[in-house]
Amino acid sequence: MKKIWSWGALVFGLLYFTLPLIGMTNFSLKMRRGEYSFDAYQKVFADPRFQETFTYSVMQALFTIIFGVLLVVPTAYWVRLKLPRLRPVIEFITLLPLVIPAIVIVFGYIRLYNTSSWLPLTGSLTGTNILLMFGYATLALPYMYRAVDTGLRTIDVATLTEAAQSLGAGWATILAKIILPNVLVAVLSGAFLTFAIVIGEFTMAALLNRPAFGPYMQLLGANRAYEPAALAVIAFGITWGCLGLIQLVSRFQKSAPPKA
Amino acid sequence: MSFLSLTSIKKSFGPVQVVHDFNMNIEKGEFVSFLGPSGCGKTTVLRMIAGFETPTSGKIVINGKDQNALKPNQRNIGMVFQAYALFPNMNVHDNVAFGLKVAGTDKSEIDARVKQMLGLIKLEHLADRFPYQLSGGQQQRVALARAIAVKPQVLLLDEPLSALDAKIRVSLREEIRQIQQQLGITTVFVTHDQEEALSISDRIVVMNAGRADQIGTPFEIYNTPSTRFVASFVGTLSIIEGKVADPAAGAVTIGNQQIALKDPISGMKGGDSISLALRPEAGSIAEGAKGDTALAGEVVSTSFLGSVIRTRLRVGGDVISFDMFNNPGVAPPVSGDNVTLRFAAKDLLVIRE
Repeated sequence: MKKIWSWGALVFGLLYFTLPLIGMTNFSLKMRRGEYSFDAYQKVFADPRFQETFTYSVMQALFTIIFGVLLVVPTAYWVRLKLPRLRPVIEFITLLPLVIPAIVIVFGYIRLYNTSSWLPLTGSLTGTNILLMFGYATLALPYMYRAVDTGLRTIDVATLTEAAQSLGAGWATILAKIILPNVLVAVLSGAFLTFAIVIGEFTMAALLNRPAFGPYMQLLGANRAYEPAALAVIAFGITWGCLGLIQLVSRFQKSAPPKA
Repeated sequence: MSFLSLTSIKKSFGPVQVVHDFNMNIEKGEFVSFLGPSGCGKTTVLRMIAGFETPTSGKIVINGKDQNALKPNQRNIGMVFQAYALFPNMNVHDNVAFGLKVAGTDKSEIDARVKQMLGLIKLEHLADRFPYQLSGGQQQRVALARAIAVKPQVLLLDEPLSALDAKIRVSLREEIRQIQQQLGITTVFVTHDQEEALSISDRIVVMNAGRADQIGTPFEIYNTPSTRFVASFVGTLSIIEGKVADPAAGAVTIGNQQIALKDPISGMKGGDSISLALRPEAGSIAEGAKGDTALAGEVVSTSFLGSVIRTRLRVGGDVISFDMFNNPGVAPPVSGDNVTLRFAAKDLLVIRE
């Protein structure tokens, strides 16, 4: 009897999550009357704004990942090595983007970095792009920090550092040759999550008026019928692809040397 | 002038002083062991030589050069850790080559040196393996090869055998000593295992509560311990408490028995308390056993240790341990037996604090 209830709950949950997706996918294929087709997808892919916004967001995601890795890996490493007492404080700081809405962060940015401020980042396109990248890095911080910190926990950071130092290595060599390669799988997990966040983010890009994928999805949704559904399926595909890659690299981690 | 000299080294962590006025001179090519219980400061001294800890005061000089201001990566010191500390992302070849690459050595020279080092530790066939594919003993040998590949001026070994099983420990310590002698590399070895220290060292520093209690050759440390701590920590000395009966004659009363020491007792008068020590191998209860001194006592227990049988004998208020070779034809004493322990007066050591 207990088993029936368990199976019932599982089936209900699966239907609750999958039915809307199935409905949406079904709708996205019905652009041509009376038959299934990929017309909506063709239109989306053919739209130059799709290519422009998607390329823009992918580039932003790549820069965000690079910036995030350069910021988080040395920070998490240094905290583990030299400032273990500060770990709770750093963890709290990295969690803040989860409790402060993106709109608050971006309004803060606009007030701080507008054209009349001492650092007028919003005064130029490059400056605004950089500001948006910083914003994305902030939003991805909780995920990136946790991923890297978990990776660092699996290696004996202190002893490996001392071993490398005794062999003549400086901090840059230790980080690049010893620490980063040993937390690479964790960094990749954080990178894929960052990618998924940047691709779907709307608020920051819209308020900073940049041609990102999120605002494009919203714009298309407000004006078209079938294309938004096709775009949503594409966006889901990208996100799930990222999650799949995380699973893949996690599996790769199991066969890799786990500890020093 | 000594190759490695530690002068008036002190180290405090907050209000706790863990190393007190430590002085030591080590000659080039010498193998010195720091021996002591956990928390005695031996690893802290080693880490100060490596540069991982900064002395609160004092001076570390290697080959005439003051090391205090140098960072760990500027000291050219090889170190082997208890936890192996091989880089998990690199195979054996790359681990051994790491220090040479950092130093900017030519690739051909690196390959030749790595080959030579792997030959030295007899692991040439495992050059492509990753650390997780090696046993503990193999990993530690690779760690040793990695440390000596860069031709360090001093090799530091921080309890490198502690994580290994007993058999591997014995074979690896012999291998370490052989390689050290072959290369003539000045080595400092930290251990809490007296057998390890006694078997491979040129000299031993017995440390207690942040101080060097005694520095000497294994022979000196074992046979003539200078403090009660050294006597109790190195080997299995039995401490016998007695009273000086006649200092000029070397006479001492133990319980209600009187014995005579080899030499007169200096600096003590009749009635003073005196601590004596006796090695387990110095005494015998066998019939016809040689020895100019005898103590009667009651057997408390016997332990069969394979080649020897260790017997504990109550004499006065103390328990004395002594060993006898296992002889299948002779039954060991049993608890409650009254026996006479014979030994040479010269084997009885006077322990001064």
